[in-house]
Amino acid sequence: MATIKLQRVRKQFGRVVAVDDVSLEIGDGEFMVLLGPSGCGKTTVLRCLAGLERVDAGRVYIGGRDVTDWPPARREIAMVFQSYAVFPHMTVFDNIAFGLRMRRLPAAQVRQRVEEGAALLQIDHLLGRYPAQLSGGQRQRVAVARAIVMRPQVLLMDEPLSNLDALLRLQMRAELKRLHGEVRSTTVYVTHDQVEALSLGERIAVMKDGRIVQCDTPARVYDTPVNQFVGGFIGNPPMNFLEAVLRREESRQVVEVAGVRIPADGRVPADASGAVLLGIRPEHIAVALQPVQDGIPARVLVLEPVGPQQLLTVEVGGAVLKVTTAVEFHAAGGSRVWLRFDPARIRLMDARTGQALPSG
Amino acid sequence: MSRPARQALLAVTVALLAAWVLLPLVLIALASFTPRSQLYAWPRPLLPQPWSAETMRFFFQAQGVLPSTLNSLLVAALTIALSVAIGAPAGYALSRFRFPGREAFRLGILATKMFPATILAVPLAVAFIRWGLYDTLWGVAFVHTALALPFTIIITMSVFLGVPLELEEAAMTLGCSRLQAFRRVALPIALPGLAAAAIFTFVLSWNEVFAATILTLRNRTLPALVMNAVGAAGAPLDYRFAAGFFMIVPALIIILLIRRYLLTLWGVTVR
Repeated sequence: MATIKLQRVRKQFGRVVAVDDVSLEIGDGEFMVLLGPSGCGKTTVLRCLAGLERVDAGRVYIGGRDVTDWPPARREIAMVFQSYAVFPHMTVFDNIAFGLRMRRLPAAQVRQRVEEGAALLQIDHLLGRYPAQLSGGQRQRVAVARAIVMRPQVLLMDEPLSNLDALLRLQMRAELKRLHGEVRSTTVYVTHDQVEALSLGERIAVMKDGRIVQCDTPARVYDTPVNQFVGGFIGNPPMNFLEAVLRREESRQVVEVAGVRIPADGRVPADASGAVLLGIRPEHIAVALQPVQDGIPARVLVLEPVGPQQLLTVEVGGAVLKVTTAVEFHAAGGSRVWLRFDPARIRLMDARTGQALPSG
Repeated sequence: MSRPARQALLAVTVALLAAWVLLPLVLIALASFTPRSQLYAWPRPLLPQPWSAETMRFFFQAQGVLPSTLNSLLVAALTIALSVAIGAPAGYALSRFRFPGREAFRLGILATKMFPATILAVPLAVAFIRWGLYDTLWGVAFVHTALALPFTIIITMSVFLGVPLELEEAAMTLGCSRLQAFRRVALPIALPGLAAAAIFTFVLSWNEVFAATILTLRNRTLPALVMNAVGAAGAPLDYRFAAGFFMIVPALIIILLIRRYLLTLWGVTVR
């Protein structure tokens, strides 16, 4: 187990800057998720950590040692690939034993570690089979077992669940979390799936255009996104954004949206004013069928039941909002409703830059 | 045109094309198992009556046939060794790396196929005489290697394209160097495809007559020997049929075995 430090890492492919001056520190035994849309550079960061890509600038440290110029074999890492990369010409046993044999461990020890790893991933009955005889989920387990038996300093995972079907993904996600609890390898996990990130990560580094936009605990990334991008990327459905105006009224600061004033005291700098973006998550909006005080009038577009709750789509002055409601809620398309935002949960951002305003 | 009519037309076309290729092969095969006396008879029965190995035996007992067969096998073996040793690394590089001039290199490989070998014949013979390669098996093998390389490179490229790079990368994260990853993972997976490339090279060398004829005098390969026997010495019909059959058979068997790899030659799989 080891700490990881990326220091101003930069990687270019031709003229495309894949990783742009990324610095990141990961603690010993931590589970760090790199999250972002495709093409944001998260996989490249992982590959730089693995040594599969040479960085163009910056340094990479694993366990306090500068490994920037080391080949993958020396770095004491293990990696799980998106395509699993299970060797098709070897049995499951030989696949899992591959790295141990490269380290020239005695055969008895190899056998013991392989059997342990296989048991941990519940594939001990498949050791004699070839990958072609396995299902996708089983191959995935082979790939994870092959990495874990190495007892790596650092475990790297590149979208390991994205090729599994939905049910299996849910099951495997929980299992990866349990595994991390047992082996406690420092883990870096790349995904574009924000639910995976929220459920697995001890911290999440949200990436965009080769840069880390926000790096924090899942709760803080979810509750206090640093900008419009993070708020709009995380959450299902993501955060709503409305144009609003921030102004001082008497001694108070209020944000006015669709003609309704919401108190904003202490949530923005005292001197802030002007056009802002108001961010609010779908679960922090209350819906009333009758006019209520300070209720924002809205028109119902569609109501979708999604199991434990319903997803309501409404329109407010040309903007479309998503609201989650209880299953008992009923409203016909085209009818009028009134929305109330939880003042403690609103997030105000600069209308021009999309950056969250610092709290006052 | 209606659907059945179109299909009928297609079937007839295919049958004609197949007959174009197959009919001579069948006639040669039949003739080479017909007794000598019947070969010159008129009208000749289509099927040999009786079947007889006499013609084939006559061919094998003819002067020079056995040594030439051995020469052909040796040249083919040398050609395979050389073209795989040179072509497989080139194919691997083309499949794995993007380097400046990659497309030009690929085109260049194909362009060499368009160069008429006839023009090279005299300068090549002169050069080989000067280098002491004339009338040696090595000399023929070198020319055959040059002829086979474009195919070897293209085939091995498509073979290595079929081995995901991630497999080698996984091996590297598990403690392999680049070379070890290639040897332990990419090579074993590519082996059937490389064998196909080798077999293809064998057919090419086994059937090559032009370079073999002009570059050898006493150390003839089989096609060169037969060519000479037919052209200069006016070999009898039975010798021609038997020789033709004997040279066709390995090629046929081998093409049958590797047709899957030939169909994926351009990275497009036809099943």
